Amino acid sequence: MRAPPLERRARRVLPNDAAVARHDAAVYDLRRRRDAAAARVPDWEALREHARALKHYSLDHLDTLLLRFEKRALAAGADVHWAIDAAALCDIVGGLLEERGVHRVVKSKSMLTEECALNPSLARRGIEVVDTDLGERIVQLAGEPPSHIIVPAIHKSRAEIGALFHEKMGTPAGETDPERLTRLARRNLRQHFLQAEAGITGANFAIAETGSLVVVTNEGNADLGMSLPPLHVACLGIEKLIPTLEDLPTLLRLLARSATGQAQSAYTSLVTGPRPGGSLHIVLVDNGRSRLLADPTHRASLACIRCGACLNTCPVYRRAGGHSYAPPIPGPIGAVLAPARGAGPESDALPLASSLCGSCSAVCPVKIDLHEQLLAWRGEAPQMGLGEGTAIRLAALVLRHPTLYRRAGRWLRRAWPLLSRRWPGNPVSGWLRGRELPAHPGPSFEERMRQRGSSQ
Amino acid sequence: MRVALFVPCYVDQLAPDTAMATLRVLESVGCEVHYDPEQTCCGQPFLNLGALRETRGLAERHAARFRGFDAVVSPSASCVATIRAHYPKLGLSGMLPARTFELGEFLVRKLGRTQLGARFPRRVAILQSCHGVRTLGLARASELGPAGKARAGPGTTEQLLNQVTGLRLVTPERADECCGFGGAFSLKLPEVSARVGRARLTALQECGAEVVTGTDTSCLLHLEGLRRRLGFGPEPVGLAEILASGIDP
Repeated sequence: MRAPPLERRARRVLPNDAAVARHDAAVYDLRRRRDAAAARVPDWEALREHARALKHYSLDHLDTLLLRFEKRALAAGADVHWAIDAAALCDIVGGLLEERGVHRVVKSKSMLTEECALNPSLARRGIEVVDTDLGERIVQLAGEPPSHIIVPAIHKSRAEIGALFHEKMGTPAGETDPERLTRLARRNLRQHFLQAEAGITGANFAIAETGSLVVVTNEGNADLGMSLPPLHVACLGIEKLIPTLEDLPTLLRLLARSATGQAQSAYTSLVTGPRPGGSLHIVLVDNGRSRLLADPTHRASLACIRCGACLNTCPVYRRAGGHSYAPPIPGPIGAVLAPARGAGPESDALPLASSLCGSCSAVCPVKIDLHEQLLAWRGEAPQMGLGEGTAIRLAALVLRHPTLYRRAGRWLRRAWPLLSRRWPGNPVSGWLRGRELPAHPGPSFEERMRQRGSSQ
Repeated sequence: MRVALFVPCYVDQLAPDTAMATLRVLESVGCEVHYDPEQTCCGQPFLNLGALRETRGLAERHAARFRGFDAVVSPSASCVATIRAHYPKLGLSGMLPARTFELGEFLVRKLGRTQLGARFPRRVAILQSCHGVRTLGLARASELGPAGKARAGPGTTEQLLNQVTGLRLVTPERADECCGFGGAFSLKLPEVSARVGRARLTALQECGAEVVTGTDTSCLLHLEGLRRRLGFGPEPVGLAEILASGIDP
């Protein structure tokens, strides 16, 4: 049987043990920072509960919130577009840019545009998109998808980034100092900012009451993209809506702390209408979200605020790396969202790629029951490549009948020497890949109890 | 107290010593222990694979066999977690989910016993099994933040080990990180599972543990398999076996 896709891709990563260890340490450091930040907030757990309730309220009232948001955003002078799916988003944005003769665009980090493959779509129209988030720029130059939703290039070492910059931007060879590399990238990006005819951003939240967008970054790149070029296009999923400005602090208190351990991100910008002389187009994207909203088991996954905390705590993500999942979102939340998108058997098998340790659910700032969601998907996608329907049914049959069960147990223990060797078709070959069988256990507990009973 | 001994199928077959020790510990604290030799499996492996029909069949069988006891006690936190957290979702309500306990949980929280007269002069680390910590709440998960005035004390396993004569408790880095077992996960994604497990084994080794113990026999078997392959790491010993070490068989 073919191994699940995450295992297959991870097997290409795992042999480089030093890189795996470096990735694990770098990502776990974010979890440590998050823990420290959470510990400084009295009633952190109550804050999470409050945020969960707020996001669920927003999802429950999404229809009215969306219409209110549209009304207020229009009143503030923005244009509002509705995109039912990825293709519609690409058409709307592509059309807007083409109408205005835009050829150069700066874009700040937006997982939604990754999800909808906006960059390649615009490239086909001859529009150059430069990602301006540093990590995103690195993976763009490398021609790779992001491997993390907050730190997209966390899988790359300093040396790799130095070599990439040297090749693509002509920076000095052998430069590996992060500060100097950042300064070089910044200088390069400034040119793109000044030349861009439009800026594309995502949004972390959208406030229905005021028609405002909330954009959170650490690099200020979104702010430049929104304020330098004459046209600002903001693309966001419909699940980003929250009712009022007063609801925002709850989520902001959780977002940066959960993501990086910062009390607040360096830049938090509220955008209400276009800047003077400019124009603002807001594209609200469904792309499967309303279908998920109608699914009682999995709608909670729409509450995600994309902080990345579940990735940082995940023992599987930290070892397998983001590229072992299905783009654009890796880790537990990615494995929960992938089958919801119905992207095919590869992503349907992702819910199996978890030990179900539950740490993801415990760090989630909006308390998504991620590991329960993963388990539920396993039940809903029995076609997810297990390929063992018959074996499962047979095992269950044996376990329903104590006589059969005991006999099977005796065979298992008798075959122990054979099972402990690798041979084609060994039913425990999965176990033996990386482990030995434990020592022979001797008679079963049931057999020992029977002996004890007869000797008394 | 009428207590049923719940010996999960894999413990029966692969770790009978742990089951034996569980029985001895329960008898030593004065429980009237019943063992039903017709018990097999609670359904966890099938739940884990998403095979809900098979899970329900086995769960119904398990629930029927364990009806009517004051408590059902098992040396496998993940099986207990299956019953506690998932039986109600499968429509099997009744008293069983609330009356099924992991051994240490039962001793500390139900009986209020931590001192059992055990003697185990080794350096021991706890493998905090995820189901035990996050589903059963046997210790407070390290990622949880402040929750008002509630203060987290030591978990049940730690409370019990603290009372064992001669035992020195040592703590690994990332004290409650997953060992990478995860049931079906360990068989379907063995290289990822083994890589996670190796990191746990390394941390356990580095904290100076001679023995690693825990509430979930399956995680300990996974570590034992890794240790035999890799040639390092502390020896896995079930919590029941440590607690039974002062009791005459």
